[in-house]
Amino acid sequence: MAERPEDLNLPNAVITRIIKEALPDGVNISKEARSAISRAASVFVLYATSCANNFAMKGKRKTLNAGDVLSAMEEMEFQRFVAPLKESLEVYRREQKGKKEARKDKDKKADSEEQDKSREEDNDDDDERMEEEEQNDEEEVDN
Amino acid sequence: MAAARLSGTENRLVSLPLSRIRVIMKSSPEVSSINQDALFLTAKATELFVQYLATYSYKHGRGKEKNALTYTDLSHTAEECETFQFLADILPKKILASKYLKMLEKEKRDGEVREDNDEGEEEEDEDKAVGDSVGS
Repeated sequence: MAERPEDLNLPNAVITRIIKEALPDGVNISKEARSAISRAASVFVLYATSCANNFAMKGKRKTLNAGDVLSAMEEMEFQRFVAPLKESLEVYRREQKGKKEARKDKDKKADSEEQDKSREEDNDDDDERMEEEEQNDEEEVDN
Repeated sequence: MAAARLSGTENRLVSLPLSRIRVIMKSSPEVSSINQDALFLTAKATELFVQYLATYSYKHGRGKEKNALTYTDLSHTAEECETFQFLADILPKKILASKYLKMLEKEKRDGEVREDNDEGEEEEDEDKAVGDSVGS
């Protein structure tokens, strides 16, 4: 999936915004500091993934789940993230549930239309995001 | 469209793109699949991490006097704080080329056992931050 090395970078504009929101107003962030934090963030993702994967393997599961990521945070000594993460996850799950129900209603209206077709419609607005959800609809079940 | 409106609120919940986070996670060969909750949590955790790294480095760094966050503050954090130690390789301390050359010379004097051929390569990076060879 990652074909070019840039594919492993996170978008600079977003990273910069997150840093700016975290620091007091008017603090200057050097360009070098920004790219360093961005690199650090990518490494963090890989480190967290590898830790979470160890937990999944221990549990003999092939799919990483929320619990694996939370355990990884503890192991990485980022316990301070666990409580806020749990909170966000709850909000996120509620949102996803609402979204699914909205989609179900639509499917009913579309009657016997094939699922793929209704998915295509969804894609019009937000290609990437919708693509993500489709891939994951099946995986979500074992939660 | 309902789905489109909802994905707007999702944007506020996490600002890093999930698709990119997924690509990075999947670049790790041992990972076979990731469920949506785990993907979301990793993205959110990365945001918290960016905030924490920035505020920690600012608070404990010297740039604070100048109201700035600098690279040195970050490499200092990676070196000093245990939690951030895993970043030490990608955030090496910067040193001056002249200082590095002196270190090389000293190393040569100290350990004559060193192999001769690897020096030429090393000198090419001298004006950049040098990670591994500095540590010892």
